[in-house]
Amino acid sequence: MTNILRPRAATDDHPLVKIMLGATAIGFLVLFLFMPLLTVFGEALAQGWQMAWNALNEPDAIAAIKLTLLVAAIAVPANMTFGLAASWCIAKFDFRGKNLLITLIDVPFSVSPVVSGLVFVLIFGLQGWTGQWLRDHDIKIVFALPGIVLATIFVTFPFVARELIPLMVDQGRDEEEAAATLGAGGWSTFFRVTLPNIKWALLYGVLLCNARAMGEFGAVSVVSGHIRGLTNTMPLHVEVLYNDYQYVGAFAVASLLALLALVTLTLKSLLEWRFAGELSASGRH
Amino acid sequence: MAALAVPLRRSIRSRAALPGFGFSLAFTLFYLSAIVLIPLAALIIRPWELGWGGFWAEIAQPRVLAALRLSFGAAAAAALINSVFGFIVAWVLVRYRFPGKKLVDALVDLPFALPTAVAGIALSALYAPNGWIGGPLANAGIKIAYTPYGVMVALVFIGLPFVVRTLQPVLADLHRDSEEAAATLGATRFQTFRRVILPMLAPTLLTGTAMAFARAVGEYGSVIFIAGNLPMVSEITPLLIIIKLQEYDYAGAAAIGVVMLTISFIFLLSLNALQAWASSRR
Repeated sequence: MTNILRPRAATDDHPLVKIMLGATAIGFLVLFLFMPLLTVFGEALAQGWQMAWNALNEPDAIAAIKLTLLVAAIAVPANMTFGLAASWCIAKFDFRGKNLLITLIDVPFSVSPVVSGLVFVLIFGLQGWTGQWLRDHDIKIVFALPGIVLATIFVTFPFVARELIPLMVDQGRDEEEAAATLGAGGWSTFFRVTLPNIKWALLYGVLLCNARAMGEFGAVSVVSGHIRGLTNTMPLHVEVLYNDYQYVGAFAVASLLALLALVTLTLKSLLEWRFAGELSASGRH
Repeated sequence: MAALAVPLRRSIRSRAALPGFGFSLAFTLFYLSAIVLIPLAALIIRPWELGWGGFWAEIAQPRVLAALRLSFGAAAAAALINSVFGFIVAWVLVRYRFPGKKLVDALVDLPFALPTAVAGIALSALYAPNGWIGGPLANAGIKIAYTPYGVMVALVFIGLPFVVRTLQPVLADLHRDSEEAAATLGATRFQTFRRVILPMLAPTLLTGTAMAFARAVGEYGSVIFIAGNLPMVSEITPLLIIIKLQEYDYAGAAAIGVVMLTISFIFLLSLNALQAWASSRR
């Protein structure tokens, strides 16, 4: 009430404009974001909870869930280790080519997922660089777990590093140098001084990295070979079921992935609200 | 005093140099090379076994050209739509107060977090002729799913957060002084928007739109379910790469991959130049 009666500031929009723009924005978000999300759960439960549960509780679906968890369990720690190493040398030392290195770390983000998978087929595929040698020695990389892991590591490569680098560059090296002057060793400086300063940003990066690792479709689709129960991750299992017209099953597995996305978004928002200052000085992206 | 402090500080720094430089840099370079640089080199080298002539013959096939046209055309159209609606969403989220705003704000990141295959089947079900949105549209004689418009819808979904998230912080930092000045000088609100606000935001809006475009060009998972994948009509470039691979035409797949990679890198470089220009203007 007071809002309407108070004279409008010169930089405020006219109430009618506000309503129009507000309705447009909300309408657009409902149409393009909310309805697709609702569709996932709606279609999964179209024939009741029991059918959705049956679709999840069958061997191929369980194998897909296990494979997805396994791939993430390898890819995420690998990229976390890389992110920590890269941000340590970039933030704490001066060397030539640093900017080039930062640019190169971001490269996987600008590569199409399909191309990300393609590069590994070109190296390890049957007609790739090492294809013949691998076949002679009976080593399977493409159409097997190693290929899926490699493709996943490629597409999630920059997530942790790009959260940590700007933050650690911003924090400088004074605290670590103080610790070193007082006689702390390298590892204890890292664990006692650096890690507490970056823990929330690290968690943030790991969260995004994990969401992408579990949900990656294009890159994994190229290297997996779609072998049911063996090399199908959850997103690939969704595709197989959908193309088989098993819609309830496809959407049931999809709703698990959608739940993962919602949990990720919730945790991400919580981190942003609670620890905004400790995530990054340069704001979110 | 200051002249003395500098060399003193430097001598302390060199004595207190932190450990782990060699190890962390070596690991970083090794990992970067193994995962990113060598695989990309494999991609760039591969198609040249065909020679220049073979490379161009591969790219100049009508089916490949149609796919490139669709991927870039639909991505451009989607980026344009996102630049308009993303701007409105960012404006509403930054400037207005309404209940549930934080929830709406968090929802904007959904396309980042939702696996693309999930988005793909959801959009496909939604816009199919028997879907919640596709049904009424089909009655009106409009087909979205399994046409190039379907590709565009999926790319709008994927690109939206890039525009909104790029604009939001800049919009929030925008000083209202110049808006007030314009209003004092008698400008209407619309004039202020067009002559004052829009020029200040233009570089950022362009950056966000370019990022949405770059992401959309290579997008695969959210598109293939709704596209229908008719050769020459609704077949996107990444899908064509997969088809070539299934035919064991590695060189052909790599040729298309190299074209896409080259265009993305040119785009990435212009984007960096754009961002440098934008930050120098602010």
